[in-house]
Amino acid sequence: MRIGMIFMALFCLAGISTIHAAEKELMVGFVYVSPVGDAGWSHAHDQGRLALEEMPGVKTAFVEAVAEGPDAERVIQTMARRGYDIIFATSFGYMDPMLKVAGQFPNTVFMHCSGFKTADNMGNYFGRIYQARYLSGMVAGAMTTSNVIGYVAAYPIPEVIRGINAFTLGAQAVNPDVTVRVVWTKTWYDPAMEKEAAKSLLDAGADIIAQHQDSPGPQEAAQQQGVYSIGYNTDMSRFAPNAHLTAPIWNWAPYYQQVVEQVRNGTWTASSDWPGMAEGIVDLAPFGPMVPQEVQDRVLAVKEQIIRGEEKIFVGPINNQQGAEKVADGVVLPDEELLSMNWFVQGVVGTTE
Amino acid sequence: MAAGFRILKRQEQPAWRSCLIVLAAVSLSLLLGLLLLAIQGTPPLTGFKVLLQGAFGSRWALEDCLIKAIPIFLCSLGVAIAFRLRIWNIGAEGQFALGAVGATWIALSFPGLPKFFLLPLMVLMACLAGGFWGMIPALLRQRAGTNEIIVTLMMNYIAILFLDFLVYGAWRDVSGFPMTAPFPPGAVIGTMGSSSVHWGLTHCLVLGLLVWIFFRFTRWGFEIKASGDSVRAARYAGIPYDRLVVLVMVLSGALAGWSGFLEASASLNRLQPSIMAGYGFTAIVVAWLARLNPLNIAISSFLLAGLRVGVEHLQLDLRVPAAFGSILEGLILMTVLAGGFFMRYRIVPRSRS
Repeated sequence: MRIGMIFMALFCLAGISTIHAAEKELMVGFVYVSPVGDAGWSHAHDQGRLALEEMPGVKTAFVEAVAEGPDAERVIQTMARRGYDIIFATSFGYMDPMLKVAGQFPNTVFMHCSGFKTADNMGNYFGRIYQARYLSGMVAGAMTTSNVIGYVAAYPIPEVIRGINAFTLGAQAVNPDVTVRVVWTKTWYDPAMEKEAAKSLLDAGADIIAQHQDSPGPQEAAQQQGVYSIGYNTDMSRFAPNAHLTAPIWNWAPYYQQVVEQVRNGTWTASSDWPGMAEGIVDLAPFGPMVPQEVQDRVLAVKEQIIRGEEKIFVGPINNQQGAEKVADGVVLPDEELLSMNWFVQGVVGTTE
Repeated sequence: MAAGFRILKRQEQPAWRSCLIVLAAVSLSLLLGLLLLAIQGTPPLTGFKVLLQGAFGSRWALEDCLIKAIPIFLCSLGVAIAFRLRIWNIGAEGQFALGAVGATWIALSFPGLPKFFLLPLMVLMACLAGGFWGMIPALLRQRAGTNEIIVTLMMNYIAILFLDFLVYGAWRDVSGFPMTAPFPPGAVIGTMGSSSVHWGLTHCLVLGLLVWIFFRFTRWGFEIKASGDSVRAARYAGIPYDRLVVLVMVLSGALAGWSGFLEASASLNRLQPSIMAGYGFTAIVVAWLARLNPLNIAISSFLLAGLRVGVEHLQLDLRVPAAFGSILEGLILMTVLAGGFFMRYRIVPRSRS
């Protein structure tokens, strides 16, 4: 009898504690490199954060416009001290500061976007946006008449170079004569400078402007000149309705929800994730009305191939800028080489310095 | 017969009145800031509490503020020396960049040297590089009659681009990202005891004291102050004005360079473009708020650092946009500078005639 009572009590206690565990709110913090209202990179991540807010028992907070370096370390540390369960830091320069803080707070889950370092409680993640860039390159290649496409790019780092190469390969797949001219701005977000860079490309004969930038500045330059453009990050068509053909876009919500679920279930482990189109993390924005149906069909067919894993994009033969063979016929470039890519494919005009 | 007001110059400017006016100005700007919060839909008093608590409410917060205040203080101390002579050095940002470059050059060239040898060498090189960058506009002003405001401002961009050039080129880390390899342990300034504040704080104390002694007890210091009050009188008294211009610009640049060394060595442990956080420009604001006095500069740097740290907590707790911090900074500067008017003048009702 007494033993039964004790068991009953134990069961009740166990029941209470599990209920309690389920009720504990999960605090998720985000660190952004630019203001969220910019329709760009941080805005895309913030859409993911808003999707987490919809989940029961999850609370989120963010700090925007955090400079890479000591400021980032302080912000991440502040979140950890305040007992945040998961912290997402969404810029490359946050990697080392986050690694430092992760060592001090073993019970917090740290997630870093676009880097390569991990720890027991720190994972990294990124998306295969180059898949969507390839598709947007196909659209640009089909729509150009001067066969010169301008590309306003932020920094000569592997992420950006990989995107330019994928874009160029896509354009060449539908139009072998195409060249892609690259201008570096050395900034992620500077609307005025990005617009100027786009204008300089238009002066050099480009009739389509693509971008790896976080502001719609290049889109506006294309619209004013009456030529077409390819956006980035989010659907930028409202900034340049007459120019915007399509855009490679981010859709972080499913990934963020998955990480939060894993942490809640206790199944999360530190890893390097690189999901792509098949997982729905990257996509192509809706086509503008000026893109002919046959071009749309052709691009969507390749999109299906990418999702099924049949189209790997960086498959030999691929030559470098000088025309020397860089990837042999039939060879698929492995992920490590994609992640450290520092050379341009044939057809790109510009330098990687 | 019209009633009105007259502006009269004050005969004396007692310290208590200056203090009172500054306090009133800061209170007014805070009041305006609270009003902004209220318009934005944030409970203003809660916001104010969060701001203060985040900035000064815990040991961590105070440490964070000290760390952030260190580079601002040193740059500001530097520009204040030049401002005393009414030489408008807007180039602390560039001198800071060159200081960081100089220190990094030593750290990367002699990684095997022991700490007690390597760190002083880095300081020396940082001061030489920063001082050299400050000397050029001084010499140009002397020999070619150029305006130092324009030259120092433009030389900022040269210095920052030179830093980028090195980090993207010769000094780029093997990872392919725009940053140097981490400094060897001998080139890193450690933290003090169990705190997270690095030893750079003691550099600030010593340098601040030295600057105070320089102006109070040395002949050069006196000559600078005298020439700053009236150039013509100084020339008439036989003070070598042109030489003083070179002296203040070199000292000014050296201090900014020292600050660059501290940021590279203690905060980042490497050189990367994000080291340029705008401290050189913040320094100008701080120097004016502090009326060029070293102790006041220390206080203003600390409070301004506190404002920047506190605003992050406002973002986390109340979702106030990051721009609020910049607006508040602008308001404080505006009201305090406007308050300067009331230190020198008084307004009296126009007597009826």
